Amino acid sequence: MTNPEPATFAFTPENLARAKAIIAKYPEGRQQSAVMPLLDLAQRQDGWVTRAAMETIADMLEMAPIRVEEVATFYTMYNRRPMGRHHVQVCTNICCQLRGSDGVGAAVKQELGVEWGETTEDGAFTLSEVECLGACVNAPMMQVGDDYYEDLTPDGARAVLKALKQGDAPKPGPQNGRQFSAPEGGPTTLTDLPLGTEKA
Amino acid sequence: MPKLTIDGIGIEVEAGTTILQAADMLGIEIPRFCYHERLAIAGNCRMCLVEVEKMPKPVASCAMPVGEGMVVRTNTPGVRKARQGVMEFLLINHPLDCPICDQGGECDLQDQAMAYGRDRGRYHEDKRAVADKEFGPLIETFMTRCIQCTRCVRFITEIAGVPELGALGRGEHMEIATYLNRAIDSELSGNLIDLCPVGALTNKPASYTYRSWELKKTESVDAMDGLGAAIRVDTRGNEVIRILPRANDAVNEEWLSDRSRFACDGLKHQRLDRCYIRQDGRLQPAAWPEALQAIAARLKGVPAARIAAIAGDQADCETLVAMKDLMASLGSPHLDCRQDGAKLETGVRASYLFNATIAGIEETDALLVVGSNPRKEAPVLNARIRKRWLKGGLTAAVVGPDGDFGFRHEWLGDGPATLAEIAAGRHPFFEVLKAARKPMLILGQGALARDDGAAVLGLARTLAETTGMVKDGWNGFSVLHTAAARVGGLDLGFVPGQGGRDVAGIVAGAAAGEIEAVFLLGADEVEMNALGSAFVVYLGSHGDAGAHRADVVLPGAAYTEKSATWVNTEGRVQRGRLAVFPPGEAKEDWKVVRALSGALGKPLPYDGLAQVRERLAAVNPVFATLGAAAPAGWGAFGGGGPVAGAPFVSPIDNFYMTDPISRASKTMAECTATFGATCGCNHQKTGTHG
Repeated sequence: MTNPEPATFAFTPENLARAKAIIAKYPEGRQQSAVMPLLDLAQRQDGWVTRAAMETIADMLEMAPIRVEEVATFYTMYNRRPMGRHHVQVCTNICCQLRGSDGVGAAVKQELGVEWGETTEDGAFTLSEVECLGACVNAPMMQVGDDYYEDLTPDGARAVLKALKQGDAPKPGPQNGRQFSAPEGGPTTLTDLPLGTEKA
Repeated sequence: MPKLTIDGIGIEVEAGTTILQAADMLGIEIPRFCYHERLAIAGNCRMCLVEVEKMPKPVASCAMPVGEGMVVRTNTPGVRKARQGVMEFLLINHPLDCPICDQGGECDLQDQAMAYGRDRGRYHEDKRAVADKEFGPLIETFMTRCIQCTRCVRFITEIAGVPELGALGRGEHMEIATYLNRAIDSELSGNLIDLCPVGALTNKPASYTYRSWELKKTESVDAMDGLGAAIRVDTRGNEVIRILPRANDAVNEEWLSDRSRFACDGLKHQRLDRCYIRQDGRLQPAAWPEALQAIAARLKGVPAARIAAIAGDQADCETLVAMKDLMASLGSPHLDCRQDGAKLETGVRASYLFNATIAGIEETDALLVVGSNPRKEAPVLNARIRKRWLKGGLTAAVVGPDGDFGFRHEWLGDGPATLAEIAAGRHPFFEVLKAARKPMLILGQGALARDDGAAVLGLARTLAETTGMVKDGWNGFSVLHTAAARVGGLDLGFVPGQGGRDVAGIVAGAAAGEIEAVFLLGADEVEMNALGSAFVVYLGSHGDAGAHRADVVLPGAAYTEKSATWVNTEGRVQRGRLAVFPPGEAKEDWKVVRALSGALGKPLPYDGLAQVRERLAAVNPVFATLGAAAPAGWGAFGGGGPVAGAPFVSPIDNFYMTDPISRASKTMAECTATFGATCGCNHQKTGTHG
């Protein structure tokens, strides 16, 4: 297998300014605390945390590269391998499973044509099976990039991915018309209270 | 100070002491894996659980500070059960391969499983397996055996100052690894083997060659550098299997440098095990009487002023005093123990000692290192400086070769000019030293082994005096030696007598035909080709440069093969013990000199070791006291005059090969190949490298 690690890494001027702002948040001598936000910033820039990025961050924070690598390998949300443009993470924990995540997973795999942990050939999607993302009330769900798509059905998940394939930005949140985690079909109590503009 | 009771015994300890430390003081054994008294507390193995009254759960005693009125119990059924539980968890993934594991017999996990574990496990699923890592030519890894105590990570980060090891991944997938799977580039890496409580990190050069219970253990001192670390020589039959450090808080704590630890395979190779006489240009084997007779015959009628002696860097004091007495009885003033040409003097003992003492490094608050790379010249001493630096409040600066020493320092300049500026008070660092409570100067051989060495020594003395380094109860003027024999040689006055030649003079004399015979006492770093047609007698242990040039070779004993005395860089007189016998017909060196004196018709007045040691104490009373570093009186020393502009260069070019033993060692050769360009601090060779 070829080594995908690029030889060098540099923050874009924009991100470099952000990185400096992040470092400035910590008191003198405690700059190493910025390692996690900086790793996140690097991952947002490249899609994954490269070795060169870890070394750059180690230099910026005056810490040993191995210390940065320890952090980057400890947390599962840092990706240490190249990722597709969209990182699709389907929850298969107990609540989602009870609510039909098996079907969602199968639909996503079929739609993208890849298995868990794989990236589509065009480099657009990487599919991951993940543990609970804390949205059990809207199970089953999946996360794409920073957005949660909830209350999925196999078809709903397909629709989200199709929209992404076309370059659209499907609306995050419940895909069945529900308002956040309110009861399906609208409120059942406090119905006489005026609801805000967000009324479903 | 809090008072507590442990198992019903009351004790009062300083606030901040942990329960485990308090129990250790009482001699109550608490099992542990991750806790080590010289490393930071991690608290991750959970083996040290104890019960504390009013606490709902067992607590990890290594990480729990004592509190007033605590009632601790270490031997209740609950504690035993907790330990059994922890042990069962540790053994879930630990392979039961003790019969093929090198740690077997000296394994903490094995011992504690016997003492505190259950006799069976309930785990029937698959164990995890971890790919082995490449830590370099010194450390063999079996990472499946790792119990993730992280002692190795903490040692290499805190003590060695080389943060290359880390714990990658989490939970079941956690692995100890170096960054990018690189070899560990530390001069102290061998200590990881001692620290590892299981068989995950083992001695690679000696792997599968021994069982700990087969080895005979001899306590001795190291002669591979000027530190004189306390060592234990483990032998089987007449073979040195491994060398381990012993605890000596005054010198090496419990660490040992990689050269001192791993060069022991050099004791088996290139050995001189019989006498040789050069005939028709080739060295021919000979018996002792023939060899001694050949020397006597050649020296017959040679005037004493045409005979010289040079002592090598590992010569012991017994041999040095015998050789000095022999030269005196022959009437020759040409003798020297400063192979590298260091301009050290014998008049004032404090002028050549590490006066601050190694333990004293922990008290200094301003340090100037001149002409030395302490990390390569004395890694264990360097770890002390780092320890001091980590405590905070140390201002350090370097004049001479710069590098990553593991403590933060300012680089002031590369040569004597900078030193002269500081000594004259024209440099900001002068004020730093002057303002310090206990200022310290480490003067390396790189600053002294040069033509203007005497002037540099004079400058250093001026600096020490004007900055108040020498005062009641503190002397910060510290000379760092790289040769085990050097301080002993200077203490015994193994330097040119009235009108005598030093090493350079002897070599020049030999080249010019003015010196007819040269005795080399294990001296291999002399320019052999320059000795001209002189008759060279080499007394030493290895077939190195000296033996190749010699006309008569007399086989001597290496440092593990004799009961002998060395004086370390602090002036501490220490005695090594015989662990194995010299190979073949080789003899302890002082006995050879004694026999030689007989053959030359000037028999020395001692026949036994006790008499030689009486003679040592008579020549210099410091030899009467063993193990102590007594303060030495100050006085005038050093020369004046101009200093040259050439930068200081560390005397060690390749840390792994500095003497005949390490040059004969395959392990050290592998280290040189692996660490290549990084193993030395100055890459150009100097004239003293044989």
